[in-house]
Amino acid sequence: MAKRIDVKDLDIYYGDFKAVEGVSMTVEPRSVTAFIGPSGCGKSTVLRTLNRMHEVIPGGRVDGKVMLDDQDLYAPSMDPVAVRRTVGMVFQRPNPFPTMSIKDNVAAGLRLNGIKDKKRLDETVEKSLRGANLWSEVKDRLDKPGAGLSGGQQQRLCIARAIAVNPQVLLMDEPCSALDPISTLAIEDLINELKSQYTIVIVTHNMQQAARVSDQTAFFNLKATGQPGRLVEVGSTQKIFSNPEQQATEDYISGRFG
Amino acid sequence: MSALTHVGTEVSTDRSDLMAKSSGRALRDRLARFVMWGSFALACVPLVWILVSTLLKGGHMLLSLDWWTLSQNGITARRVGGGAAHAIQGTLLQALVTAAMSVPIGVFTAIYLVEYGRGRLAKVVSFMVDILTGVPSIVAALFIYALWVTTFGFQRVPFAVTLALTLLMIPTIVRSTEEMLKLVPNELREASYALGVPKWKTITSIVLPTAFSGIVTGILLGLARVMGETAPLIILGPYTKSMAHNLFDGLMGTLPTMINQDRTEALQPAIDRVWGAALTLILIVFLLNLLGRFVGRFSKVS
Ligand SMILES: Nc1ncnc2c1ncn2[C@@H]1O[C@H](COP(=O)(O)OP(=O)(O)OP(=O)(O)O)[C@@H](O)[C@H]1O
Ligand SMILES: [Mg+2]
Repeated sequence: MAKRIDVKDLDIYYGDFKAVEGVSMTVEPRSVTAFIGPSGCGKSTVLRTLNRMHEVIPGGRVDGKVMLDDQDLYAPSMDPVAVRRTVGMVFQRPNPFPTMSIKDNVAAGLRLNGIKDKKRLDETVEKSLRGANLWSEVKDRLDKPGAGLSGGQQQRLCIARAIAVNPQVLLMDEPCSALDPISTLAIEDLINELKSQYTIVIVTHNMQQAARVSDQTAFFNLKATGQPGRLVEVGSTQKIFSNPEQQATEDYISGRFG
Repeated sequence: MSALTHVGTEVSTDRSDLMAKSSGRALRDRLARFVMWGSFALACVPLVWILVSTLLKGGHMLLSLDWWTLSQNGITARRVGGGAAHAIQGTLLQALVTAAMSVPIGVFTAIYLVEYGRGRLAKVVSFMVDILTGVPSIVAALFIYALWVTTFGFQRVPFAVTLALTLLMIPTIVRSTEEMLKLVPNELREASYALGVPKWKTITSIVLPTAFSGIVTGILLGLARVMGETAPLIILGPYTKSMAHNLFDGLMGTLPTMINQDRTEALQPAIDRVWGAALTLILIVFLLNLLGRFVGRFSKVS
């Protein structure tokens, strides 16, 4: 059920400020695409346009096209709420709902969308927690608050929460930046498993991580400070890391700037 | 930078000067502490004074069961007896009705301002709330009087009092609720949107529950304030000694008006009753505050 994402000539604005310019790229279904690039170049901004989270910010708007298979996400008839059900998101900082137990956190997406069937909810909770490699750690305390878990566990809880609504694409914005190396590995393993079912786009500052988990890498950069960010180069991770076409990409990857 | 190197040389060359410097800081620290604790103690003086004198002069009134169950019906200033039940229930009833009217308006306004309000209208609403915050209670009371009695030609009834109190309570609820809603991290809203939950559902199921105990605390504290308001009562709700339940007809006794009624009497039974009523009011307000703080403990945002 994973879907292909096609981005065409995307310009992204915050009010009058053009943050990103002219992005075109394709993300294949059942693959992992990594976004890399220096801070402030617009990786998060581009990611958030893929599930229409960008427009949640006052003044946020886009020009251009984002296609999910053959559907235009920004067509006037498209409901942003429906888009977000199809394209899930995991944030940089783990953000479980503080009023809810572990179980309710995972079930939140379904329950808040009106699904009450207890059996189905319980099944989904277990399936999602297993999917996020968290089940064995929390199965005895499903009714305890989600905020009581460790940072790494919370992040996996957020991943479980995101996959519980059965999205077709999963966006992750630096999901490991607040985590220790062990939790990071756990999440990378998880990404590798999830890849068989979902289309995944991940933002990361960690070159090794990009190299380890992704099939395709996109390098973003600013033309100059104050200028909009743009996509410099996108290609198979192997190629980007061994033999990039642009000098800037090579410089960034080899740590010569950024 | 130069200051740093300067200190550095002092450290290496002149130890005694360094000691002098740090003891100077210690002295200033002591002075600041003294001023702080002094002001705190000063602020406590009137509070303790009020508490102790009401307790001493009115405490014995509250010990009898009659105080809590009987009204002052048929009891004159020179006679001992009767109770404050009519005033207690009047105060509580009016507070309840006030809350019932102002909580929805206040909370919804706050939700609008924090979650939806952009641009012109939100600014205007926010400005209005600011103005309302500054309206003295007597002005609110006179406004309702002008509306209720002069314009509509109705009688002065307890409901008119609650209207004036509502006017005074709305801005405090709007402001306190606004503060609590702003404390809910935006990340939680985004997490909910990202699950495909619509905005209204995000507000009712994520934002409000997260801020719930804080909102309740704000309401309780606002209610405690409004219960002691006297101007609207004097202008719109004359005192009566007997039990009353009807908000739309007749008079209704309340604790502030009970105090006001007998405060000029020189006879001991009446004086005792004034102190007793004052202590009762303080007690109710205190309990509400306590409850508010207690509920605040369960806050999910800090
Ligand atoms: N809410 C916002 N309002 C206005 N401008 C914003 C907002 N968020 C980001 N920007 C701007 O958009 C540009 C891109 O920001 P973005 O957060 O996408 O960068 P990033 O590549 O994700 O950086 P990082 O690696 O530090 O997360 C920056 O110039 C930033 O200042
Ligand atoms: Mg970012």
